[in-house]
Amino acid sequence: MTERTSFCPNCGAPIAFRWSSSVQTVCTYCKSILVRSDVDLKKVGEVADLPPDASPIQINTEGTYGNHSFVVVGRIIYQYEQGGWNEWHIVFNDGKEGWLSDAQDEYMISFAQNIPNLPSQQDANLGRNYQWNGVQFTVTSRTLAHYAGVEGELPFQYWDKQDVVFVDLRSHGSDFATLDYSDEKPVLYVGKAIDFDDLRLMNTRKFESW
Amino acid sequence: MAETGPKKEVPTVIVRSLSCPGCGATVTIRSFGQAVNVVCGSCHSILDAQDPNVQILQKFSAAMKFQPLIPLGSRGKLRGTAYEVIGFQRRQITVDGDKYSWGEYVLFNPYKGFRYLTEYDGHWNDVAPLRTLPNTTVVTGPVNYLGQTYKHFQTCQAATVFVIGEFPWQVRVGETVTVSDYVAPPRVLSSETTGDKEVTWSLGEYLNGGELWKAFSLPGKPPAPIGVYENQPSPLSATSRGIWRTCALLIMGALLLYVVNAVLSKDKTVFTQSYNFYTNDPVGEHSFVTEPFEFTGARAAPVRVETNADVDNNWIYLNYALVNEDSGQTYDFGREISYYYGRDSDGSWSEGSRRDSVIIPSVPPGHYFLRIEPESERKPGVISYTVTVTHDYPVGYWFLIAAGMLLVPAILITWRSMNFEHLRWQESDHSRSGLVSVLSSISSGGDE
Repeated sequence: MTERTSFCPNCGAPIAFRWSSSVQTVCTYCKSILVRSDVDLKKVGEVADLPPDASPIQINTEGTYGNHSFVVVGRIIYQYEQGGWNEWHIVFNDGKEGWLSDAQDEYMISFAQNIPNLPSQQDANLGRNYQWNGVQFTVTSRTLAHYAGVEGELPFQYWDKQDVVFVDLRSHGSDFATLDYSDEKPVLYVGKAIDFDDLRLMNTRKFESW
Repeated sequence: MAETGPKKEVPTVIVRSLSCPGCGATVTIRSFGQAVNVVCGSCHSILDAQDPNVQILQKFSAAMKFQPLIPLGSRGKLRGTAYEVIGFQRRQITVDGDKYSWGEYVLFNPYKGFRYLTEYDGHWNDVAPLRTLPNTTVVTGPVNYLGQTYKHFQTCQAATVFVIGEFPWQVRVGETVTVSDYVAPPRVLSSETTGDKEVTWSLGEYLNGGELWKAFSLPGKPPAPIGVYENQPSPLSATSRGIWRTCALLIMGALLLYVVNAVLSKDKTVFTQSYNFYTNDPVGEHSFVTEPFEFTGARAAPVRVETNADVDNNWIYLNYALVNEDSGQTYDFGREISYYYGRDSDGSWSEGSRRDSVIIPSVPPGHYFLRIEPESERKPGVISYTVTVTHDYPVGYWFLIAAGMLLVPAILITWRSMNFEHLRWQESDHSRSGLVSVLSSISSGGDE
């Protein structure tokens, strides 16, 4: 992983990319949302104050999944009627990227799938069954969430969203899946629920009196 | 300022508190904002824990105030992880017009998230949400989860009647959910359905109140559990299975001893002789002594004296004395042999037997003879009888006694275990088929 340093076109602060394929990042000083083009960085927006959040994870938290270690480089924050959750963008030591989601301290690691003919938002109703990668999934919840902020590096441009529909699916094993309808074409993420202890996280946040 | 780069530490997350917009009381947010709702303990206003400026989402009048048995803010270690009690709700169901209610505690750890404790009549459960879907087809059918079968216990409408503290979901007093419980003691699988929304599954494990009190360093003693709870492990089911195993082993051992004894016993006929007894003989004294015979060997052994008499609607009484020629030691015993038969309105009948045998335990080796004195009714006739003496006879009755004594505790414990299962299922939706449930739960046993 080579760090390529640029400067924020808004405030001039140094911007380091921890992952060479990052498309978007946020200036930690002026909160400008910066999108990478071929040669330079372009300011496309600004992040409002992030909502208060108590995830033990932060940018630069390191952990392990399977035999690979990863580092957290960015995140998207969503909110819905039952609270909020974080999709932490993680980059593995072998260059692979994925997502570590943290919803009220329930952790899951998932990867975007390249699977055609995904069900439409209208079709994926509660109780519907789908089979992907040889695993049977059942729709267990549909969530209307709204985008509440971004931080750090992301693999795509993600900053002008409003409401987003997510369909969560579970299996009879530890596999889970999420259909993301934030773009025209749905995107499928498949992954596994994982125990906090198994992530072996380092550089987590500290909590008062814990 | 540019030198520090983007690697900026996020400061320690601090415990927040807010002023209740309802009454101004201080409300502590123990979950650092992971909770969705927080309930003011003073005025019972339900507030949005995310946005402390907060409008009041609901204000309920606590007709009955429920004091959580474990106070909010208590900390304890459950299965190796420290948790803090941050919320409490009382839920209620109505069955046949009777109201039953139980307490649910929300526990929190800032890294591991939420966990729950439930308490009903002194019975505690440690509950965690499931991440894996159990296999189920019908509501009342059994549920399979990770290879274990859970039997449907009951389905009911649970209403929230009291809340205090923090909750990781939108909590409202009066809201009902459909709860189905499936049991495989000491565990219980529960599904909660809210309207047409999400189905959430959780797994509970029966917890001893005393352990909990110790874990949370609570003063005093936990309330004593009342009755048998749905997933309370039977203190007897394991014992009951264990005792049958032990019992079977001991009976096998006894059987082995019995066989070894039978094989090692010489079982040798040392004397047999037939005699005639003239019943009308006027001579007063009919006693006589037999030829001597010898019991060989080095140890004392059981001796069997068998008498076969051709009694025919009459009886003969024999006074025996087995006398040791060398020491003069005498074993006295009397045997009556009678056999009656006939025919009446119910058909033919018979009573008694023409054969009798008696065992004299532990007769030392040596030379012996028998003194025999027959008696019968004084009427003309003759009774022939044969006396057979068997030395080192294999004795078996102790085996039956031992087996019977071994079975007593096993049967007793099984009976008590069945009674326990009966009490458990009495409270279920399936109380009418209680016996079936009891039998099936006994036969399927637990998993441990």
